[in-house]
Amino acid sequence: MAANGSPKPEPMAAKKASPDLLNSSFSFKSLKLKTKQQELLLRVSILGLVYVLAFIARLFSVLRYESMIHEFDPYFNYRTTLFLTEKGFYEFWNWFDSESWYPLGRIIGGTLYPGLMVTAALIYWTLRFLRFFVHIREVCVLTAPFFASNTTLVAYFFGKEIWDTGAGLVAAALIAICPGYISRSVAGSYDNEAVAIFALLLTFYLFVKAVKTGSLSWALGSAFGYFYMVSAWGGYVFIINLVPLYVLVLLITGRYSMRLYVAYNCMYILGMLLAMQIRFVGFQHVQSGEHMAAMGVFLLMQVFYFLDWVKHQLNDTKLFQTFLRITVTSAILVGGIALGVGTASGYISPWTGRFYSLLDPTYAKDHIPIIASVSEHQPTAWSSFMFDYHILLFLFPAGLYFCFKRLSDATIFIVMYGLTSLYFAGVMVRLILVATPAVCLISAIAVSATVKNLTSLLRTKQKVPQTGSAKGVGSSKSSSKVTLDQSQPFHKNGAIALLVGVFYLLSRYAIHCTWVTSEAYSSPSIVLAARGAHGNRIIFDDYREAYYWLRQNTPTDAKVMSWWDYGYQITAMGNRTVIVDNNTWNNTHIATVGRAMSSYEDEAYDIMRSLDVNYVLVVFGGVTGYSSDDINKFLWMVRIGGGVYPVIKEPDYLVNGEFRVDKGASPKMLNCLMYKLCYYRFGELVTEYGKPTGYDRARGVEIGNKDIKLEHLEEAYTTSNWIVRIYRVKPPTNRL
Amino acid sequence: MVKSTSKDAQDLFRSLHSAYSATPTNLKIIDMYVVFAVFTALIQVAYMALVGSFPFNSFLSGVLSCVGTAVLAVCLRIQVNKENKEFKGLGFAGEFDSRQYALVLLGLVHRDCELGMGINWSLFPTANTIN
Repeated sequence: MAANGSPKPEPMAAKKASPDLLNSSFSFKSLKLKTKQQELLLRVSILGLVYVLAFIARLFSVLRYESMIHEFDPYFNYRTTLFLTEKGFYEFWNWFDSESWYPLGRIIGGTLYPGLMVTAALIYWTLRFLRFFVHIREVCVLTAPFFASNTTLVAYFFGKEIWDTGAGLVAAALIAICPGYISRSVAGSYDNEAVAIFALLLTFYLFVKAVKTGSLSWALGSAFGYFYMVSAWGGYVFIINLVPLYVLVLLITGRYSMRLYVAYNCMYILGMLLAMQIRFVGFQHVQSGEHMAAMGVFLLMQVFYFLDWVKHQLNDTKLFQTFLRITVTSAILVGGIALGVGTASGYISPWTGRFYSLLDPTYAKDHIPIIASVSEHQPTAWSSFMFDYHILLFLFPAGLYFCFKRLSDATIFIVMYGLTSLYFAGVMVRLILVATPAVCLISAIAVSATVKNLTSLLRTKQKVPQTGSAKGVGSSKSSSKVTLDQSQPFHKNGAIALLVGVFYLLSRYAIHCTWVTSEAYSSPSIVLAARGAHGNRIIFDDYREAYYWLRQNTPTDAKVMSWWDYGYQITAMGNRTVIVDNNTWNNTHIATVGRAMSSYEDEAYDIMRSLDVNYVLVVFGGVTGYSSDDINKFLWMVRIGGGVYPVIKEPDYLVNGEFRVDKGASPKMLNCLMYKLCYYRFGELVTEYGKPTGYDRARGVEIGNKDIKLEHLEEAYTTSNWIVRIYRVKPPTNRL
Repeated sequence: MVKSTSKDAQDLFRSLHSAYSATPTNLKIIDMYVVFAVFTALIQVAYMALVGSFPFNSFLSGVLSCVGTAVLAVCLRIQVNKENKEFKGLGFAGEFDSRQYALVLLGLVHRDCELGMGINWSLFPTANTIN
């Protein structure tokens, strides 16, 4: 291996070795390393640094606040992981939870993706086995950064597969700090995407490797990678559609080969069988419309290769043509009939709302307000792209150009992955995460190829102008107008200037990513921070204050009604039963809560009695200026409630189409339950110097109804900054 | 017209037959195995059509494992066929080992599917949750 090192530097190294050893100064040459070993050392150390960088870049919130779980969904994942480590896998797999979605309950074992919880539990048990007695919460908080580091390794190998080791290293470095990925994998963001992106990239890498080598072991590996992805995230549908699409493109462009057959078939059949082990997925691989593309391509491949084999056997075009005609027509007929019968009879279920709204972005707004109301599902603005990708935005087309210049099975795959994922990222802001690995890989190709060309230009000798010009023609950034002799110094200076430019851009990227991570993506959202009048930091820990109040001051069988955003946190931290939570599977139940919140107090009381509600929790930002409170979400409650109960009409709450809470607001708005609960006693409060009492700082107006009397509820607790307010539902008065 | 197409079909059949008899014996054995596996899968589908698909798990596991062995056998055939130039150096034994792993996996998954039968069936009506 070392003998392949180029002969030129070796004698120089040997000559310089002895005086250096005498001086005992440390340098590469003094270690008598060959070029190949130097390169290996460089690569390993770069990868090691990138690995550590990916981990520590995500630790901002742990350093600033504390090691806690962020947001809403991760609290559910944390609670289930806690259950798993305490009760064991069998209990976890068969868990029926009566504490959420009262009175319906939830079959947790069959309605979650267990990959994340099982991964964290395995890490926890491994650490315990090695006698590190950490708390499961610490493991959960740090799972995402750990897997982000592993993703950089996979990105390196993937880049090496597509282009070369240089591109792999750049890809690893880019993906380590890319804000699009960091946003969902900071320490504390214990959500499915933390391991899902790792599984996604791993599956793709193994599949591309399988197509390249045609070996059954790599195909097996990709089937396992797919299984891990299915167990981790609902976004596995992207894989099961992208891979068949890729195979189809290869078939159409004539790049089919036996390797492709082996790779796809093995991955599809074994992957499908493995995926059906996850109860949440169940039989969807054979019954759901979203998975039919994979099956269609599978059958198409059988037909295709059968025809190819027959053609090979016959060696006679005329006979083969007849055979071809017969087979193709019959195959299309049979396939079409099967698909038609399946869809018409309802056996093959149509695309579910969530995925259908990806193909038709306007669908959710008209038909399914619950999906439209989630902020992560909104279409992406241009600023989000710039914010999350920075220079990768323009390196992406450059990388596409390089990929098209050197088309192979692997580059076709990454081009398809990049284009499809970018389209979906444009439809839904949450899917920027899925596009990030593709964008990083393709941009890495652009950077690596450019830098390689420029540095090779720098290394050409002065007295060989022809080779210099040849290299000049090959590179994309140096000028194509090649003139010999006098232009050589110009070329070198140009190359140096461009290289400096490239490094400047990359350094700006690193600065931007660090800034974005620090400012935008490291907030735990359960703890809010603001700057006081003297510049000191003020922490609002109201959420946890309220949940712990619930935990310590209410009966253990109390039921809490709140909007579904807070359900997971209430169950995890408050340990009380909730009516609706973030797993929004029962639209009618949520609509009932929405109706209760938007009705007058008497009607709402009847609904609450029918649901056995003991406490109502609302979030109110009028005192602090916190704008993600329930009044700002109120119109969604109206829309979702109105979607099921036509008695709730949105125009009743608006004035001239405008949503107001001041004196000019509609009477229904001023007297609905949500308004009363949020602004109870608020009319007596002075919130800002120079403004009248009852000035709502989040909406910037003085509220309309200051004298609120509650008949069926009483105030139980209001947190210190009035962010969370809890009310007790009074039992009915005694009938006399 | 009919006569010419039937004559075409006969020519087709004959040339296919003659070309096929030229293939080496080990490939023919693999082919027979593939036909047998597909045949078993078809029998299972027919049985399900007759009797009904109640333990859908077992039906799926049965059919898919048959299809799986068929596919893996075809992969083996591809890799062993000397005429496929892309697979040099992979002897019968080498790929057989990988295939064994794949088949073992298939068998394990089959067993898991069958065992999961009862629990899965009770949950089948409550599918279609959104998370």
